[in-house]
Amino acid sequence: MMARAVIRLLSRYAVPILFVVVCTAAITVADMNLSRISTDVLERFFRNLFLVLSLVIPIVAGLGLNFGIVLGAMAGQIGLMTVQNAKVPGLGGISVAVICSIPIAMLLGWLTGLLFNRTRGREMITGIILGFFANGIYQLLFLILAGPVIPYHAKDLLLPQGMGLRVTINLTSVERGLDDVMTIPLRTSAVVQEGTPGAKVQADGSYVKVTRWGEIPMLTLLVNVALCVLIWLLFRTKLGQDLRAVGQDPGVAEVAGIKVNRCRIIAIILSMVLAGIGQIIFLQNMTVMNTFQSHEQVGFYAIAALLVGGATVTRVTIWNAIFGTLLFHALFSIISVAAQNPKLLNSPQIGEYLREFFLYAIIGTTLAIHAWRSRSAARAS
Amino acid sequence: MSDHLAVMLERAKDGVRSFGLARWIIVGFLLLIWFIAGIFTDNDLGTLLGDCLVRSGMNGLLVLALVLPIRAGSGLNFGIPLGIVCGLVGGIFSLELAAANPFGLSWLSGVESLSRGGSGFLIAHAVALPLSALLGLGFGWLLEKVRGQEMMVGIYVGFGAVAGMCVLWLKAPLTSPELIWPIGGDGVRNTIVLQDYYKWILDSWGEVSFGSFAPGALDPQGNAPAFTRSGGFYLPTGLMLFWLGACGLMAVFLKTRLGTALSAAGENPEYARSIGIPVARMRRWSIVISTMLAASGIIVYSQSYGFYQLYKAALWMAFPAVASILLGGASLRRAGVMHVIIGTLLFQSLLTTSLPTVNSLVQNSPYREGLANLPEIARLVIQNGVILYALSRASRGSR
Repeated sequence: MMARAVIRLLSRYAVPILFVVVCTAAITVADMNLSRISTDVLERFFRNLFLVLSLVIPIVAGLGLNFGIVLGAMAGQIGLMTVQNAKVPGLGGISVAVICSIPIAMLLGWLTGLLFNRTRGREMITGIILGFFANGIYQLLFLILAGPVIPYHAKDLLLPQGMGLRVTINLTSVERGLDDVMTIPLRTSAVVQEGTPGAKVQADGSYVKVTRWGEIPMLTLLVNVALCVLIWLLFRTKLGQDLRAVGQDPGVAEVAGIKVNRCRIIAIILSMVLAGIGQIIFLQNMTVMNTFQSHEQVGFYAIAALLVGGATVTRVTIWNAIFGTLLFHALFSIISVAAQNPKLLNSPQIGEYLREFFLYAIIGTTLAIHAWRSRSAARAS
Repeated sequence: MSDHLAVMLERAKDGVRSFGLARWIIVGFLLLIWFIAGIFTDNDLGTLLGDCLVRSGMNGLLVLALVLPIRAGSGLNFGIPLGIVCGLVGGIFSLELAAANPFGLSWLSGVESLSRGGSGFLIAHAVALPLSALLGLGFGWLLEKVRGQEMMVGIYVGFGAVAGMCVLWLKAPLTSPELIWPIGGDGVRNTIVLQDYYKWILDSWGEVSFGSFAPGALDPQGNAPAFTRSGGFYLPTGLMLFWLGACGLMAVFLKTRLGTALSAAGENPEYARSIGIPVARMRRWSIVISTMLAASGIIVYSQSYGFYQLYKAALWMAFPAVASILLGGASLRRAGVMHVIIGTLLFQSLLTTSLPTVNSLVQNSPYREGLANLPEIARLVIQNGVILYALSRASRGSR
């Protein structure tokens, strides 16, 4: 009985467990600098968590993994461009960017919802292709129309000819506007022997070494906690219950008088708006925006992180998002260190390709396992 | 007599209607671009038309690879990069034979001549086809297990194959100086020139080139623009025969007992099963053949392009192929050889002609650098718009 429960737990959390094992093994073998990894992981965690959380609602509502958050991310970027054009600094700039992005994200979310209702059962692949399609429209807007038609004028935004945006935009006005409001550094100090590198002598003659483990951006933390609470609250309202019912069985929900299509559109709109804000948080931390690339891979990375946390196409909790973001970025961080380590891969290039391979392998494997299971479940019933 | 004429007229009308409004619009648009290119730009129309044929022949086999999975009911096979990667492995194998000690094995030395010309092309196939058949068998088995999500899983099998292969390319045990970086750097080069091996081995077989409506446009260095021969119309006879021959074989296969059984398995699996057609096996073999065609497709593509492109070049190759067959009139459940031929010719012609035409139209505009992006933007929108349209049109339900 016990053994069976353990096996079930192991198979349910196979992907996260595998991740912990790989990460630990790599750290032990290569004897890595833990404080450097911890700093990197913390930074990546707070940069990405909001985007990963934006995926939760559509999964609960039965729409699967929303690859369409690429469109939400575009809305966020449009907000940031507008702020950079008007040079609104700091936290105020971030607020304006968020306010600008919300109506655009809502419009895109509504259109995406309509499309997803037409392609029910194929939302994920439609989302992927929709992301590519929207990328074409985005390029039309910001390579051709920005300048002559869209009234951006800032010199650090537009190309010298006055048509099209620069390929990289330094977000000087909002850079780290959220993160740097208040940060708490994580440090530990230990009494060490004389002569340890980095140790400092104290007043009483003992030697103390301080290790930095990274910084916690308090405001970003607060925003993420607030979002978690809001999502938790949402599923305790009537609307949240409806969304859950639609996710469990759209047929039954329809009979119970829930407007299924409307619920699905609302789920996508919420996801898009959150993705827009998530992308703003992401880019204010990066401080540089690759105008035509920053949004492209957003969906793949956020989805892979969520899946690593143990979520599936139909089942998700907020903890999946939190653990997943932590684990996924720990692995990314460790691979890039391991790639340069002579004991392991000894080639930065391989690290880059391995990361990409893991990205696709995680999503592909989870999708395959899900389809496999739901098929055998359908056959059994 | 007038009766006869009326019947003929009726038949012509039917033909026009079955060609489809969307395709007539594209044909009209193409004619317009050709007209503009011929009259208002200094591009040579003959060269452009020749290029359209070359590009269609280059990509045609990759599009043909999509027919059987659609017919057998697996939907659009976004996993063709798996076959493409196999084709590249075969290609690189054939080129490595030119090294002094291929793969560091001295007993293999002295086979350099095999890697050049037709034998190189054949050796590439001899390695690529069995490999792709094997991997295609595994891929088909996987798709059978994940029935209902074939297209999603296919996309990730394709992506995963390309990304995984990137790691292997970096560690490949190759020795030919034309394949590896001269000093420093890991693994195989990004692009490998086929000039001395089998570039244009198909294209130039029985090639026909004539006439020139205007002097061909040269790039600033005075070289012929990429993909163009010395100007004037060019018919890549061998390439076209190879592609259309493969299409013909496919059409014949679809008419055989096996071919009709395969289509029946896709159209109505329950009925097909009840009359004794092994539906799962049909789907699996359709994926195997598709993967093999993709492997051959990339070798044909590369011999015409003149380069093998490794690493991430294959990542996005499934999407233009899928868009081509859909543009030709196929859907998620219906596809035929004519869809391949029409779709490839239309889509590739559109891509091939719009770039030079737009470039020469905007060359005097102060905004030329921005406007030069228009063809690429149009490609993204058309390619993905066509796929989205097909996805939204298919009947609701399992796929």
